[in-house]
Amino acid sequence: MPYIQNSDADRSEMLAAVGVKSIADLFTSIPEEVRLNESLNLSAGLSEDQLMRHMQELSSGNQASAGVNFLGGGIYDHSWPTTVDHLMSRSEFLTAYTPYQPECSQGTLQAIYEFQSMIAELCGCEIANASMYDGASAAAEAAMMAMSQTRRKKVIVSAAMHPETRETIHTYLKHIDAEMVEAPIVDGVTDFSGLIDDKTAAVMVQQPNFFGNIEDIAAVAEAAKEVKALSVASLYPVATGILASPGKQGIDIVVGDGQSLGVPMAFGGPSFGFFAAQQKSVRKLPGRLVGISNDTEGRRAFTLTFQTREQHIRREKATSNICTNNALIALRGCIHMAALGPQGLEEVACVSRQRALEMVELLDLAGIRRAFPDQHFFNEVCFQVDNDEMVALFKQNLRAQGVQGVLAMSAWYDDMDGCFTLACTERTMPEDLIALSTIARQTFIPEVA
Amino acid sequence: MYLAPVQLLFEESRPGRRNWQTPGADRGVATADLPAHMVREKAPALPELGELDLIRHFTRLSQKNYAISTNFYPLGSCTMKYNPVVNERIAADPQWYNLHPYQDDDTVQGALELMHNLAADLGEATGLPGVTLHPAAGAHGELTALMVLRAWLDDQGQNQRRKILIPDSAHGTNPASCTLAGFDVVTVKSNDRGLCAVSDLVEHLGDDTAGMMITNPSTLGLFEEDVVKICGLVHEAGGKVYMDGANFNAIMGITRPGDFGIDMMHLNLHKTFSTPHGGGGPGSGPICVTEELTKYLPTPSVIQGENGFELSTPESSIGRVRGFHGNFLVLVRAYAYMKRLGAEGIKRVAENAVLNANYIRVKVSDHWRVPFDRICMHEFVARPTKEMREAGIHTIDIAKRLIELGYHPPTVYFPLVVAEAIMIEPTETESKETLDAFIEALIQVAKEAAAGEDFLHQAPRNMPVSRVDEAKAVKDPQLCFRCQ
Repeated sequence: MPYIQNSDADRSEMLAAVGVKSIADLFTSIPEEVRLNESLNLSAGLSEDQLMRHMQELSSGNQASAGVNFLGGGIYDHSWPTTVDHLMSRSEFLTAYTPYQPECSQGTLQAIYEFQSMIAELCGCEIANASMYDGASAAAEAAMMAMSQTRRKKVIVSAAMHPETRETIHTYLKHIDAEMVEAPIVDGVTDFSGLIDDKTAAVMVQQPNFFGNIEDIAAVAEAAKEVKALSVASLYPVATGILASPGKQGIDIVVGDGQSLGVPMAFGGPSFGFFAAQQKSVRKLPGRLVGISNDTEGRRAFTLTFQTREQHIRREKATSNICTNNALIALRGCIHMAALGPQGLEEVACVSRQRALEMVELLDLAGIRRAFPDQHFFNEVCFQVDNDEMVALFKQNLRAQGVQGVLAMSAWYDDMDGCFTLACTERTMPEDLIALSTIARQTFIPEVA
Repeated sequence: MYLAPVQLLFEESRPGRRNWQTPGADRGVATADLPAHMVREKAPALPELGELDLIRHFTRLSQKNYAISTNFYPLGSCTMKYNPVVNERIAADPQWYNLHPYQDDDTVQGALELMHNLAADLGEATGLPGVTLHPAAGAHGELTALMVLRAWLDDQGQNQRRKILIPDSAHGTNPASCTLAGFDVVTVKSNDRGLCAVSDLVEHLGDDTAGMMITNPSTLGLFEEDVVKICGLVHEAGGKVYMDGANFNAIMGITRPGDFGIDMMHLNLHKTFSTPHGGGGPGSGPICVTEELTKYLPTPSVIQGENGFELSTPESSIGRVRGFHGNFLVLVRAYAYMKRLGAEGIKRVAENAVLNANYIRVKVSDHWRVPFDRICMHEFVARPTKEMREAGIHTIDIAKRLIELGYHPPTVYFPLVVAEAIMIEPTETESKETLDAFIEALIQVAKEAAAGEDFLHQAPRNMPVSRVDEAKAVKDPQLCFRCQ
């Protein structure tokens, strides 16, 4: 039987030691009337070779990105060093459990500490936790933490936050005594005016927002501070290669999805969520934290810490229920950030933005205008054409040439007929942009093309 | 084990060292049109290392870990079974990992088919046909299921039902999830056989009962023999029963929760279905529910339509509990595991897991106190004897001595209903020789403990660090390099 090493002879010997005659005797505590009499209705097992063939057949039903991908919306086609794949696939990392026993888990613990340090640096915060499930659930946890810390119930969420993040926050909040208010979008950025008051627990904004526009988060932070609410920014971490860190602009809690830090798109998961804040909030933080201490001989030693916040100690009074998070993918992020270093991250951010600037110029020649020309963008841009039919046609024409792209905004926003986004990364090649603009011209000004 | 200290990346960093580079970057061009306040003055202070030093850093760190691939890991309730390497190879297919979640459905038919069929197979294995693959971990699955319960109660006009009954032996995530979902927790006592006390349960049932969360087999490694009756009582009172499926490895293919009265449960794909724990995730915590509750599951689910597989939203969905479509690459591994095993292999998993646990139990029960010393499921709980405790030896000393002897310790000090608990789960993938060696180690440590050997307090003495001062880490918090 696959993966089971003991032979029938071993089993006989062990059954005798236990003092039973058969395997069935081990299951007599299960009431007979609910024991299965026949096998589960599942297919027969496959050999490893059969399995590989089956999986290849199944995966060939996909058309994965062949390298030209302008889709964004929270998942971006960035590259990563081979060192990342190589190191994170080491089985000592891969097959370890949560580092509850620090003496035999220093590897994982030190790597998490280094991860926390680098994430805090990108976010401009004092501390960061060991990771969350993903960006959306991290944002929901930030809303809950703000409610707990301020003892208030109102959460104001920018309508320009990722729709799936907003939906997740909504799901988390709707069964508890909380009020979620959406701040409207004016000219592609969030307008919080008139909404933030002394009942507000959290003011939540995304940087850059779902349309790719850069929000004035310093103003958000200040407005929240005035009423002693907490400001929360959901951050695209690569952008911090050139953009100011939210924490440095006064934001209290910085969360986000780490997919852009060396993680494959993977159909949306697993990536990792991150969660950064200021030191004074440490006891309210969800999730695991690694800190530095000493061993009995005074040597530096890493350990899980502030565990009294956590569910296995505090049970129903815990700050969150999260325990297993996305540690291995956070390790990917850790290795990736270390491989990039300051210059590497800046280069990725610069090239991603340079390509986006070139894209805007080239599409302008094809008659495609930005939906919000007065706003600044990072690597993702919202465009507007006549209507959704043209959006669909453009998407179809791109697909015909093997190019993935065009995220229609009307899927989430009723009033955005004809709007769509395209994203660039450092993997976007100048020739990809030429192809994009050629198809754009053929679609929108066929008489010229 | 790599014993020498490894400096922090930040300490190894030297200005100007380069590794990954992206040609064509021009900061001037990239930032020219941006207002000054949006742009950072200089790049984030990440460490600067060359490629070889980076490789050495993390390779050495990896060698400071115990892992399944290096050591026996009998960690109770965590099901540390072998993580088949073929699944890693399969997940490394770019046709899986290069998919963008917003591609059109017709370009991701393989991925959707895999999710659809995995959900169906998990439904078959649990007897609960409504399956969502969304939750990212077990605790996330619990929370999701409690939200489903709340939606169902609302539909029944039973919003006043706020109480969830939870046995005192439950995982801490159960009560924590209840609080997050807006429920109140009522603890149900265990009886002298280590099982949920039906007499105490009955006391707490009423028209404020929303439901019950039960772990079966329990964290004591015992099958809840009265589970059919318990489910019946909760149903009669108007509630639903949730099962924590962390211990599903013991009963897979032997019995089905849906058949013994469970309404909802989660599975830990990173336990029962062999996907790697990765030092604390990523996991995946699908939930399986009855037909009646299926329409409340989170969005999206995968359905088979006329034009193939598609993403769809259940009729009365609670909404989203995360971004995108679940921890997809974890699902790929679990799917491959189930296909490799097939119906018969899955049953053999449970049989061998239970046999291995009982084998250790009978071999050590003369040396350790085993509070519920009868046929167990996939795990059992032991504790130090009176003699050991009187000699000043505690469970923590036992755990650290086992590290010294080359074993990852069992789960300790849990479940809370057994003082100084040592919870041992060997899993089905271990050989008799490994179990024998571990048994020998346990007996040796029992003798040392009974003799009150002082070196037990110093253990472990052969690891990169000795015991860590956890109080200092709280009193003088150093959570990030920059804060020091």
